[in-house]
Amino acid sequence: MEIKNAVAGTLESGDIMIQIAPGEGLQVDLQSSVAAQFGRQIKAVITETLQGLGIDNASVKATDKGALDCTIRARVTAAAVRATGKDVWKD
Amino acid sequence: MRHTKVVTLEEAIVKSGLKDGMTISFHHHFRGGDKVVNLVVAKLAEMGFKNLHLAASSLSDVHAPLIDHIKNGVITKISTSGLRGELANEISHGLLKEPVVFRSHGGRGSAIASGELHIDVAFLGASSCDELGNASGCPRSENAKSICGSLGYALPDAKYADHVVILTDDLVAYPNVPKSISACDVESVVVVDSVGDSSKISSGAIRDSKNPRDILLAKQAAKVIINSGYFKEGFSIQTGTGGASLAAVKYIRESMIEKGIHASFALGGITAHMVKLHEEGLIGRLIDVQSFDKVAAESIAKDQLHQEVSAVEYASADHVGSAVHALDIVILSALEVDVNFNVNVLVGSDGIIRGAIGGHPDTAEDSALSIIVCPLLRGRIPCVVPKVTTLITPGKGVDVVVTEYGIAVNPARPEIAERLKAAGLKVVDIHELAAKARSIIGEPDALPFGDKVVGIVMDRHGKVLDEIRNIVD
Amino acid sequence: MMFVPGNNPGMMADAHIYGPDSIMLDLEDSVTMAEKDAARLLVHNALKSIDFGGTEMVVRINPLNTPYGKKDVEAVVKAGVDVIRMPKTETADEVRELEAEIIKVETELGCVGRTLIMAAIESALGVVNAYEIATASKRMMGIALGAEDYSANLKTQRTPGGAELLLARESIVVAARAAGIACFDTVYSNLDDMETFRKEVELIKTLGFDGKSIINPRQIEVVNEVFAPSQKDIDKALRIIAAIKEAQAKGSGVIAVNGKMVDRPVVIRAERTVALAIASGILDKEEAL
Repeated sequence: MEIKNAVAGTLESGDIMIQIAPGEGLQVDLQSSVAAQFGRQIKAVITETLQGLGIDNASVKATDKGALDCTIRARVTAAAVRATGKDVWKD
Repeated sequence: MRHTKVVTLEEAIVKSGLKDGMTISFHHHFRGGDKVVNLVVAKLAEMGFKNLHLAASSLSDVHAPLIDHIKNGVITKISTSGLRGELANEISHGLLKEPVVFRSHGGRGSAIASGELHIDVAFLGASSCDELGNASGCPRSENAKSICGSLGYALPDAKYADHVVILTDDLVAYPNVPKSISACDVESVVVVDSVGDSSKISSGAIRDSKNPRDILLAKQAAKVIINSGYFKEGFSIQTGTGGASLAAVKYIRESMIEKGIHASFALGGITAHMVKLHEEGLIGRLIDVQSFDKVAAESIAKDQLHQEVSAVEYASADHVGSAVHALDIVILSALEVDVNFNVNVLVGSDGIIRGAIGGHPDTAEDSALSIIVCPLLRGRIPCVVPKVTTLITPGKGVDVVVTEYGIAVNPARPEIAERLKAAGLKVVDIHELAAKARSIIGEPDALPFGDKVVGIVMDRHGKVLDEIRNIVD
Repeated sequence: MMFVPGNNPGMMADAHIYGPDSIMLDLEDSVTMAEKDAARLLVHNALKSIDFGGTEMVVRINPLNTPYGKKDVEAVVKAGVDVIRMPKTETADEVRELEAEIIKVETELGCVGRTLIMAAIESALGVVNAYEIATASKRMMGIALGAEDYSANLKTQRTPGGAELLLARESIVVAARAAGIACFDTVYSNLDDMETFRKEVELIKTLGFDGKSIINPRQIEVVNEVFAPSQKDIDKALRIIAAIKEAQAKGSGVIAVNGKMVDRPVVIRAERTVALAIASGILDKEEAL
């Protein structure tokens, strides 16, 4: 699926900012204050969410401020929708 | 004046007989505004000293310049109550060869008094001092620049160090009375531009909160106190520096007025909140080891019933006369509490040192009722956990844990649980709180600790309680 | 009912710990146009994953005549929202249009009838049509006043006494009561003036409202205090309910307390008092049973 650069999320506490750009395979660059304990989980949620949307090639920069998994899913989906122009809801 | 002890800093150091490998000490009454540690260590580095043991009552963000002095071998060992900021981060990653020795305030006082922690030269900042060394944290002239109030943590150093240097930014005429530190204990007086920035005393660890969660926690903590069985005429109280425990004072005050109950004394770090209650006649006396803000520092300067105590008089385990033994209720904060009620206030859940032991274990153990107030989660970081990252205050001294998801009572105190339940408070098993936290944030991976011991936690009786390992990135 | 901005995950996660009766996640006025898509996804995922501790979950969607409204309906119904709040409702047809959208999504999910509707009335036309709106659908659970838009529409502004809102408030209470549904008052935005806020809550309680919309957890305590029934009222209500049970056990249609017959309105008020006492945390649920 063709994608362009897109961003979703904020840098406020409890949120995560997701920046998506075209790439080879799925690469996730994560910055998080809870990286030691939750980095693996956060990356897994990002990857699974993108794959679920049919995106297998993208470079993702994630700046996490302690977001819960449901927030990560929402922000990744929002960034992906903006990057692909293909919404998850019906029109 | 026929005699004066006023010299330059360099002269004072030479006169002290300080040698490589010796122990120097400092107090942290200026907290984030301290200027003495960096000033003195820079001078020691310039004079070529090596392998010094820095024994401070605590260290904070402002002491990041020590990193270079550690790298250059000027400082090779540290004893303190706490570490914060970049210095803490570097030490957690293995900057120092020897582990940092962490003690509580009471534990440090006892260790100095017993000689276990021997201080060769103490460098103590004072807001006012005369030429002979009578020193105080209170302002005594119109030129006063830096005010810190109580000098409680500096008093064991002044009494037991082999050599005492007072640094002051306000040299006043003899006699500077009432004094905290006596000229008889002082060898040199050094006049400097500034010993500290008073405006930064109440920054850093202490916050006055409008955060709705802090307010919720504070209200719950106040309800716990009011219904605990210890809230009666003549009770005594101490509060920690967390936003919620400070805010709790406000709600306790309302109940004291409503029920006509007065406290005999408030202990420990004294804040503007406590001064207000004292001035309203709700608290008889303030026993102040550390003035936490400008209002408290001004109060101790003028109010006879607001008294300074040394760290030993405050919280020593060895002295049955220390004030904590007379303390009824203490409200404390925590980075982590575990299902056995053990508390960690020193090491973050990322394994990096980011706090201070303070009087936590001292007051928790000796008070009649200790209440820990902490949120269940800070962002994605859990505060109620299966096992604390580092053990600071053993669970046997911890009675109640207040979170926004419920109140847990130590099973060793069933009578308190009954009283709280009878008052309609939501009492839950602490295992439920830990499980709730897990259900929200998921299961965290183990921290990447290395093999190097970067810190040793001493209990207040002088035994090793836990060790902190380096963190690997 | 506590308003929480729909694009703020930090506030959403712990909104329920303050004990509001319901939480309204907002996709409308608190979300900029550029963030409508992201907020919708955030609210959808939050509703699906976060345990709000049994708190009633309401989502304020964007009007259906905007590009966002229908997607909002799909996203929140799929996430299992309890109540959809429709903003700026002016006619019963708008309610029926929303109902049709809800049914479309519910049919797809196989759960027709699950989602309730609350209509916010925020204009003169809405006030005039309040009863028609309140009775437009079986899903209508309540109507609410939105005072900012309403006072602008009247060409006036909000005042501390609220004289400009009196007719709207009374109309909404009357319409809700006539329709047998709930009614909720508007927000009060000045967080630092708790005294005026308390007066406003006292006023709307007297007018007959079931609850107040709030914008910050700090306002909850005042609402609970004002709405909390007195111990005397609770005791009396419990006696009446005990008498009902006794009468039912005997198979008797006549209910009497202290030798006096109890009318139906008195029973309803007693039940409401007990429900309020439980909601305010004064009365234990088990104690009431």
